[in-house]
This record gives sequence, C-alpha cells and structure tokens, in this order.
Amino acid sequence: MKYSYYPGCTLKNKAKDLDAYARASALALGFELEEIEDWQCCGGVYPLGTDEIASKLSSVRALNEAKVKGQDLVTLCSACHHVIKRVNDDMKNVDDIRTRANNYMQLEEPYAGETEVLHFLEVLRDKVGFDKLKEKVVNPLKDKKIGAYYGCLLLRPGKVLGFDNPENPTIIEDFIRAIGATPVVYPYRNECCGGYISLKEKEMAKNMCDKIVDSAEGFGAEMLITACPLCMYNLNKSTEGKIPVVYFTELLAEALGVKEEVEI
Amino acid sequence: MSHVNKAKQIKEISGVNPLKCMKCGKCSASCPSYNEMDIKPHQFVSYVQNEDIESLVASKSLWKCLSCFACVERCPRDVKPGKLIDAARQLVVREKGQTYLSPDEVPELLDPETPQQLLVSAFRRYRR
Repeated sequence: MKYSYYPGCTLKNKAKDLDAYARASALALGFELEEIEDWQCCGGVYPLGTDEIASKLSSVRALNEAKVKGQDLVTLCSACHHVIKRVNDDMKNVDDIRTRANNYMQLEEPYAGETEVLHFLEVLRDKVGFDKLKEKVVNPLKDKKIGAYYGCLLLRPGKVLGFDNPENPTIIEDFIRAIGATPVVYPYRNECCGGYISLKEKEMAKNMCDKIVDSAEGFGAEMLITACPLCMYNLNKSTEGKIPVVYFTELLAEALGVKEEVEI
Repeated sequence: MSHVNKAKQIKEISGVNPLKCMKCGKCSASCPSYNEMDIKPHQFVSYVQNEDIESLVASKSLWKCLSCFACVERCPRDVKPGKLIDAARQLVVREKGQTYLSPDEVPELLDPETPQQLLVSAFRRYRR
C-alpha cells in the first residue's frame, strides 16, 4: 500500500527523526510513504480569514497531487495536518474558496476536496489497526509509563479535524497500549503548549508548559510523546530534562525493532 | 475607514455573526491566555457587536491569542471568538507598516533548537 506523504518544513530540518522513524516503521508495517514532489510549506497555521486564498494554495497543490495519483495524503506534523485538513474541508464545502482557489490553480480538473487526508496515527488506527500493530511489535515497551500529549492542532475544531473526541481523546493512549507500554491519562493533555507565542512571549509559553508537565508528572508519567515539533520544543523548556519528550514515531520504530537501522 | 466599515470588515473576514452570542462566557473560561488578555474573548464579541473597533485593534489580546481553538470548539452558539480575534489582527497587519514581528528582531529570539515551524507560524500570524 502506498500513500502520498507530505513531510513539511520542520521534518526536513529540526525534526528529521520524526520523519525517519515514521518511514522505517511504515515499511515494517507494510505500507510506504511516497513523498509528493515539489511540496511547499503549509504555512504552519491555518489562514483563518475567509478572504485568504493565496496562503491556502500550497495545501491545495499537495492535495491535488495526491488526487492525481489516486492516493490518500498522509501527514505527520500536527501543524501540517491541521492546515491541510482544514483547507481540504474548505475546498469541499466552501463555494467561494473553492472557486477562487481553482481560478488561481487552473488545473486540468478543478480540485473539490476529493483527497482523503490522514494523520499517520489515523493510518495506524484506521488502516493498519492497533490490533495488527500489536501483533507486529517485536520489542514491547513494557514498564514504560507514557503520557500522551495531544495539544490543540490534531483535535480542534473537532468537527473539521474528525481525529478523535476533542475533549477526551483516546487514540494516542490506544497507540501506547499497542506498543506494549502503559498510558498515563492526565488532565492537561489537550491544553495548548503556547504554540507560536513562544517566539516572542517566552515566559507565557513556559508557564503554560509548566502546567502541562506538572500535570503529567503528577499523574505518574515518566515520558511524554507528541506528534508536533513545536509542542516538543515548548515542552522541553519546562521539563528541563526531568522527563523526556519524544516523538511517537521513535517509540513505534523501537517497538517494531527497526529503530537501530534508521539513520538521521 | 469608519468604525462601521471596520466592524463590517471584521464580520466579513471572520465569517462570524457576533449577534448569535448568548454571553455564556465559555470562551473566556476555556482560554489559556485569559490572564494575559486586556479584552477577554467574550468581551471581544461584545466589542464587535457594539462596533467599538478602535479598542480592539489597539488591544494586546490580538498578540496573546494562541489559535488553540478551545473557544471555537466549546462555543455552544458557534460564534468562534478566535476567528473574530484573528480578523481584528488581520485589520492591523494588512495596514502598511503594521506588524508585530520584524525580521530584524528574529536572530535574538532564536536558539539552537528553534523549529522552522515556529518561525513560519509566527510570521503568518504577526505580519503580512
């Protein structure tokens, strides 16, 4: 099985490990991530203005490329997923945005939201299946107590993202169980890490992450996992190395026994 | 531009009808930046209703909103306060010379771990 794959800017630079472990794990699970050609940065944040068209076009190009190949489009970074999923929803459901974006694009056939956008975790849950994943685990991560950090971008707005219950998600906990570890549920797992505020308002982001890390530690988490490079960056300012924050793909590769062969 | 036109612009850019608000305050109760905001999310909606746009475009709340969508998710009336805040931010950054982030200040804000995503996102939200 082949999926179109949109890595995004950070996965080519500071978060190469998030990408590399995902590719190796995918092969071990029997599917392939085929990077789309000439993808462009998603912009990091979804352009909220109803009159913003140009800033949505990089997503439309990626979505259309997957459509032409007849493949679903897989994302990994929470921000890329959020942006591309929401632009796809606009292209499907908002006449004005669809018309104006297609006027720019001049495609052979107008794009109207045909592509299915899947986060890598959704592929694990809905295509591979957590039961099947569990069977493929050769190195179960026993005795690890792991807190899932969801953050905002995968979950909200729930009606568009359709990822999981935005107030009480379970997908990452189910993932943690599938790789043989123990999930730790804590109240701040879907609170914001501060996101882009950490560029200019460092104290503000730090205070928010302190609450998240305290909450996770208080409930017994010995490690946090995330899908988002910016969440990881912000959380690391608060953990100060006390508890590790790792990408979920690193643990997946470890559990599947392919971590050592990954070069970063 | 008159304040009436600006109020209209905010409604158009956001696609939000602030009159649907029933003042339950859930948005402000959910907002992780509440303490940092001079105009709180639920007040923001009232300011748009009252067409007091001068106060909004001068508000520091514009630069404290995280786009975390907690208010959007939890609004029982689908008013989406976060979209109104973004529209007011757009009114500011679309004016020539108006920006909250200048490229010149970036180098000293970086550290060796800064992810590209942070810069891209901040530039998208803080300037045009």
